[in-house]
Amino acid sequence: MVTMFEVRETYQMIEQEQLDVRTITMGISLLDCVDADLDALNRNIYEKITQTARDLVAVGDEIELEYGIPIVNKRISVTPIALVGAAACAGPEDFISIAKTLDAAAKAAGVDFLGGYSALVSKGMTPADEHLIASIPEALASTERVCSSVNVGSTRTGINMDAVKRMGEIVKATAEATRDTGSVGCAKLVVFCNAPDDNPFMAGAFHGVTEADAVIHVGVSGPGVIKCALEEVRGENFEVLCETVKKTAFKVTRAGQLVAQEASRRLGVPFGIVDLSLAPTPAVGDSVAEILEEMGLESVGAPGTTAALALLNDQVKKGGVMASSFVGGLSGAFIPVSEDRGMIDAVRRGALTIEKQEAMTCVCSVGLDMIAVPGTTSAATIAGIIADEAAIGMINQKTTAVRLIPAIGRDVGDMLEFGGLLGRAPVQQVSTFGCEAFINRGGRIPAPIHSFRN
Amino acid sequence: MTPPTNKTIITVVGEDTIGIIARVCTYLADNQVNIEDISQTIVQSYFTMMMIVDTSQSEKPFGEMVRELEELGDEIGVRILCQHEDIFTKMHRI
Repeated sequence: MVTMFEVRETYQMIEQEQLDVRTITMGISLLDCVDADLDALNRNIYEKITQTARDLVAVGDEIELEYGIPIVNKRISVTPIALVGAAACAGPEDFISIAKTLDAAAKAAGVDFLGGYSALVSKGMTPADEHLIASIPEALASTERVCSSVNVGSTRTGINMDAVKRMGEIVKATAEATRDTGSVGCAKLVVFCNAPDDNPFMAGAFHGVTEADAVIHVGVSGPGVIKCALEEVRGENFEVLCETVKKTAFKVTRAGQLVAQEASRRLGVPFGIVDLSLAPTPAVGDSVAEILEEMGLESVGAPGTTAALALLNDQVKKGGVMASSFVGGLSGAFIPVSEDRGMIDAVRRGALTIEKQEAMTCVCSVGLDMIAVPGTTSAATIAGIIADEAAIGMINQKTTAVRLIPAIGRDVGDMLEFGGLLGRAPVQQVSTFGCEAFINRGGRIPAPIHSFRN
Repeated sequence: MTPPTNKTIITVVGEDTIGIIARVCTYLADNQVNIEDISQTIVQSYFTMMMIVDTSQSEKPFGEMVRELEELGDEIGVRILCQHEDIFTKMHRI
């Protein structure tokens, strides 16, 4: 029988500490849509997405109502479009027609974002990959809900430096193409190393070719819940601190697991994974940075930040894996700047620099996320930052990503406003020393020695 | 996976006033909802009540009941939540 204590605690977590399920993401394979005729391909894609996901939003709303737990987003991820469009697309403009089809399908399905306008080029680029990458700036400028990602490296393959250089240019071009809307196109573009096939979180979600025809992934959240739990153990030692994070992560993940199983059952689509990520929002009390500060840091960015984040990330996983048999995606703490009030404050008070953030990405999921940089930052410098992050991912056998927003016409200290879940980002200083000669070398960085495990 | 049960938990939280339980119970009786357990505490005039109810006899769609109870709560000046039992058992039990 349910006890009063459990009911009270759940009530508090949902009502006061902003526990929610961040996303139900339906992965849909588009491999069976492939056709050499572009019109037929577009028709097939629209049909497949709108048919497969027709009940997604309604079922999400139904579960939200019955269990009384908010489900913030319902989203769709699809097979990387560079693969799907390879036979039909002769150039970047053909890929843009697919982007528009995806946008229309997302609108019809009622989801706010659809991910998978992607290319996987960790070792080399096919002509289709090159066309898709070239089309990204216009594709993101001419659509509203489409998200794009490019995987430029992995532990098994090394880093494709030609792709890294290209993505430096593409990030810059995307910022220019969407300059009237605060360069928001760059908020929908992620450059990965070791991208997972089953990530439910935007903007980097795509439906990997190793996945089933359709699958349901769930991303949990709950930084507010962990922070409140830590307030109860202020001053206690690390053992108590870790135990508290672990227990709380267990409960948060169980809520996600329940929602995932219910969504899977009601939609008749297999359950994939629960992603254990602590995903912040710009709302008060929903910040990962505030958790680190609650551990005893004056501000995120102070010495000790990396250790605090490493501890948090590890304990969240330890609690989470006990709560769900299938854990996947990115699973760890997210540290975006614009989407986390505590991170924004830390940057503004001068406590957090991009270099410290780079160190933080060594011990948590993802990477340099939603960071605004001056609009004058060169494509080579952006490529250099991407290469650094990819190297961290490659050597440490983890996912890393870069989502930088060159703020056109703005400089260090200015604010870039996106609104909604994307939040606002203070423009941060990047190193003014160049790396052109390094980036211009071309070719690949070979796979690291520890990738040879066979 | 265990099949979902039909138990629903109703939580009432807010300032204590006369007749909270009466109003909620009348609503449930009118809608053929059977109450299986009630517990209630008052801490510093802050009222918390938890009810375990069975809605299987009720013809009212669940979503409608959630909304009507919420409205009833607004009238009395308390927060009334109506949630499926699984959210509690899954979150707190291994």
